[in-house]
Amino acid sequence: MSRSPRPLFEPALIRSALAGSLRKLDPRAQWRNPVMFVVYVGAILTSLLWVQSLDGQGDAPSGFILGVSAWLWITVLFANFAEALAEGRSKAQAASLKGLKQAVQAKVLTHPKQRHTHRNVPATELRIDDIVVAEAGDIIPADGIVIDGAASVDESAITGESAPVIRESGGDFSSVTGGTRVLSDWIVVKITVNPGQTFIDRMIAMVEGARRQKTPNEVALTILLVALTLVFLLATVTLFPFSVYGVEVTKLGQPVTITALIALLVCLIPTTIGGLLSAIGIAGMNRMMQANVIATSGRAVEAAGDVDVLLLDKTGTITLGNRQAAAFLPASGVTEHELADAAQLASLADETPEGRSIVVLAKRFDIRERSSQDLTFVPFSAHTRMSGVDAGTRQVRKGAPDAIRKHVEALGQRVPPDVTQVIETVARRGSTPLVVSDDAKVLGVIELKDIVKGGIKERFAELRRMGIKTVMITGDNALTAAAIAAEAGVDDFLAEATPEMKLKLIREHQAQGRLVAMTGDGTNDAPALAQADVAVAMNSGTQAAKEAGNMVDLDSNPTKLIEVVETGKQMLMTRGSLTTFSIANDLAKYFAIIPAAFATTYPQLNALNIMQLENPSSAILSAVIFNALIIVFLVPLALKGVKYRPLGAATLLRRNLLVYGLGGIVVPFLGIKLIDLLLTGIAG
Amino acid sequence: MTIAAIVLGLAVLALATVCGRPLGYYIADVLDGKATPRSRFRFNIERWIYRVAGVDAERETGWKQYAVGVLLFSVVGTLFVYALQRLQAVLPLNPQAFGAVTPDSSFNTAVSFVTNTNWQGYAGESTMSHLTQMAGLAVQNFVSAATGIAVAAALIRGFARHTSTTIGNFWVDLTRVTLYVLLPLAAVMALVLVSQGVIQNFDAYKEVTAVAQGSTQTLPMGPVASQEAIKELGTNGGGFFNANSAHPYENPNTLTNFIQLFAILLIPIALTFTFGRMVGDARQGWAVLAGMAILFVALWLVAVHFEQQGNPVFTQVGADVARSDTQPGGNMEGKEARFGVGASALFVAVTTATSTGAVNTMHDSMTPMGGLVPMFLMQLGEVAFGGVGSGLYGMLIYALLGVFIAGLMIGRTPEYLGKKIEAFDMKMTSIAILATPFVVLIGTAVAVSVEAGKIGVANPGAHGFSEILYAFSSAGNNNGSAFAGLSANTPFYNTALGIAMWLGRFWVLIPVLAIAGSLAAKKRAPVTAGTLPTHGPLFVVLLIGSVLLIGALTYVPALALGPVVEQLMMSGEK
Repeated sequence: MSRSPRPLFEPALIRSALAGSLRKLDPRAQWRNPVMFVVYVGAILTSLLWVQSLDGQGDAPSGFILGVSAWLWITVLFANFAEALAEGRSKAQAASLKGLKQAVQAKVLTHPKQRHTHRNVPATELRIDDIVVAEAGDIIPADGIVIDGAASVDESAITGESAPVIRESGGDFSSVTGGTRVLSDWIVVKITVNPGQTFIDRMIAMVEGARRQKTPNEVALTILLVALTLVFLLATVTLFPFSVYGVEVTKLGQPVTITALIALLVCLIPTTIGGLLSAIGIAGMNRMMQANVIATSGRAVEAAGDVDVLLLDKTGTITLGNRQAAAFLPASGVTEHELADAAQLASLADETPEGRSIVVLAKRFDIRERSSQDLTFVPFSAHTRMSGVDAGTRQVRKGAPDAIRKHVEALGQRVPPDVTQVIETVARRGSTPLVVSDDAKVLGVIELKDIVKGGIKERFAELRRMGIKTVMITGDNALTAAAIAAEAGVDDFLAEATPEMKLKLIREHQAQGRLVAMTGDGTNDAPALAQADVAVAMNSGTQAAKEAGNMVDLDSNPTKLIEVVETGKQMLMTRGSLTTFSIANDLAKYFAIIPAAFATTYPQLNALNIMQLENPSSAILSAVIFNALIIVFLVPLALKGVKYRPLGAATLLRRNLLVYGLGGIVVPFLGIKLIDLLLTGIAG
Repeated sequence: MTIAAIVLGLAVLALATVCGRPLGYYIADVLDGKATPRSRFRFNIERWIYRVAGVDAERETGWKQYAVGVLLFSVVGTLFVYALQRLQAVLPLNPQAFGAVTPDSSFNTAVSFVTNTNWQGYAGESTMSHLTQMAGLAVQNFVSAATGIAVAAALIRGFARHTSTTIGNFWVDLTRVTLYVLLPLAAVMALVLVSQGVIQNFDAYKEVTAVAQGSTQTLPMGPVASQEAIKELGTNGGGFFNANSAHPYENPNTLTNFIQLFAILLIPIALTFTFGRMVGDARQGWAVLAGMAILFVALWLVAVHFEQQGNPVFTQVGADVARSDTQPGGNMEGKEARFGVGASALFVAVTTATSTGAVNTMHDSMTPMGGLVPMFLMQLGEVAFGGVGSGLYGMLIYALLGVFIAGLMIGRTPEYLGKKIEAFDMKMTSIAILATPFVVLIGTAVAVSVEAGKIGVANPGAHGFSEILYAFSSAGNNNGSAFAGLSANTPFYNTALGIAMWLGRFWVLIPVLAIAGSLAAKKRAPVTAGTLPTHGPLFVVLLIGSVLLIGALTYVPALALGPVVEQLMMSGEK
């Protein structure tokens, strides 16, 4: 499945959005958006006024009423269109997800230990705690936990990542997702969800917006928009008695027409933001999808924009997953070459990335690979915490400093003081020392370095400018952690972290009023994930982690949190900016409509017609047309979102106020004048 | 625009700010209970009041109980003032033997003084006995002001506290503010006023022989100075006499005029410092003060400009209204010669920028645009500087509105002073903001539609419309100044404006307390680089922007049909 960004206006999507905007004329659909409902009622009222005016006895000339009425309907349709388009884009993504829910047959085991006796059951009938087997070539029928076996699984359907991953029972790689394919071997899976609740089902529900609930800020903004609408309703409705009174006492002209008042009302209420509000929300979720993040709610995405503290695991997030040999530091009386030679010998059979990196580093000393005959390899064991090789009676070992110390002391020797000192220096640098011994002689130290990911420092600096504090979580000791923290540019670190300490750290920050985000994948992360305000679980992680989090990153890329934060902020910024723009527009609309509406009673008010609009009806119509067209012009902005730049709050506000506030004041003056020129140009 | 007029205004503003700062800090201490007086005697008064009233001074309450206290106190106060007016004929201290005030006027006046509006449909010297003036009206001048400050204090505590279920004790706040802030200030000011010739006695009115025709003239007497002091300090504005501060017994000379201007601005300005002190960041108070001051100065200068310009029609018929060495020029209609254009225009701006409503000039006689200024200052919701307490809480509501939109624009859940502004707060903010547009616009619409409303208008036409709009703007925003030209002491206006004043006060005040309760319960978010600073020029712009947004967008159409069209007509008659 491809999740590359879709073009904004795909012809097929446009067609279905057009149909959708007509379907949304249903009053029940309109009622959900109070601002647009007012426009909707206005459109109906003006239509009735038009019918009434057909015999020439109407509120205003019937051509004028028709014009206003038509454009009010168009305004409603434009807002519907924006929403339908955003929904359509989401549905298109959901459709490609639904492709995963093919008619899969599950091989259900009656007894977990007898994987060869199974019966076929449609995947849709699987229940929690059913046990199924998936063999090479099978599609895993539903989400579950591997309870037996190990297999390589192609999860590209979910993650877009083509490299297969290993899924095995026990540990942090035991969870499997329905719809993914077993490439080799077999696994026995215990199903963990009921039909309709699988991961893919949740994704589909999410993107389809079927269960889309308004986010807290959206609710608060809607309240404000309703209040503004009521204020303008008061301001325009009361104009009618005011105008009647004016006519009574001046004995001049006619009271303002109902059509003009409805036009004024629709122009003043925040239709721009009202019409685009739900589209912005849907588009935000959509952008998360494109980033391969599944959020369980819009609330979580929005909260991401507020995050103050980011907890990041060191390994895999800040540093590359593996340490690499960086230097050989020999003991006194030993040459670097000798040390390198012994280290290479001890690492020949070591297939770990660390071991490989030692061999690679040794090559620089012209030490060629040698035949491995008459060598006995001693693999790493949790007991000895050393690995190495036996050549005859000669024992070459490498291992953690205290392991080697025990080893040589058992052979009656001691670790020389200069080596002890080197070990300390290396640790202080944030590296890991490995000590090499040849029989009882300590040859020196291999420095294994954590490699900080390229570009990560810049991202942290960016976060700092956003006002987000980064905290590195690591199991390393404080010395090592401090050195890496400094190199990576994080603000703080938690060394020798245990799950309890993580949980405590989150609670402490929350008690100070901070919002905490974290990423995690292991089962032991689950409590902390559940406690954090924004918790992104890696898709490669355990089921427990995924359930504790409120987002799942399909790419299992922990730095994705930064994108999540940006998307959350973008959603809010787009709403705020369009609200400002919408309200700022009102100034020009007043200048267009007020002189026109009261032209017959108070011709003096034409002094306020600073745009020099041609005549009262073209002035009112131009304002209404501008009001409708601006919705369509802003659809791309609503769908793409206002660009977030990691500047300070004040700078960002100043910039957005300038663009959307000042711009919102100026643009309608130009727009309305232009439309007026076109209208009167056509008419004249 | 004369230099003298501008210097006068800036001098008042500067002096009120200089004195407002220590006073504001003192008020903060009073509200925190830290300013317990050393004197045993006064301390006992406070304790004695609590004992008599059965108040547990140690127990703080949540917002609902606080609101119930405010409402209960105000309802009882209204009933008391109503009863006093209806029964004044049989009560003492009534040397002129005034009869009972009519029921509708009594209702209107009772509501008017309890809501700190002091709209006066009656003429004081020919209606109210000395007892009614002192025990009814002047008492409400104190306690309605103290109520405003108490509610503001509750809101400030909402910001200052975190994860708290209480916002203070209304009865304690009310008592302390009255005893330790308003009474001492008013006593000092009353003495100063007396020294300048403001009268203070219980005498019957004096019959004197007029200087000119040998006819006799009645000079009303009464305890004026004591009422005058709190009238200005508490931003009440209800004059002892019908002519209010234009009357020489209320405001005899330019010095008392200056003192009155200063006294009006003193507490509203001081409270911005109280705010800064209580939230622990003086800059926050300065920012709010700056927003208020900029709005005030801009509109005040508009009034000075148009008044100084005078009436162009006069110029056309050959009258010289230009300022010169021999005459101040400008529009002198309705102004006291001892104050002139500059000091009168300043008084107009000060009295309507705050919710005072005292007048030393006839607002009805101002140029149309000059008259638009006081109307617009009221319509902005009385927030620059506003009434004592109510100005600050009104402005903070606008701050919440501005910060909400700004917060969204920078991509964060909006927060002000570390408190996140959420749906409930926005709901209450919206309710508070809707109150006065509703009251003013609906009230005006009803008045121009019914015969009883139209009948009282002295100048039909755009100016008559302004008169009605002004009356409802004044009542709805609890200002109390009158445009004049509207005969408002009728059952229709007494009732309609009475309702407008009640709604204008409590429809705002209760949601404000709800916000205070909601904010107090929240955690305080720490300041980070992503936090919108609320103490810089940007915030001031934001604050002014949101005040103008609601004010301008709501009232522009109505103002266009009143003063704006009138000004255009006047300047068009060339």
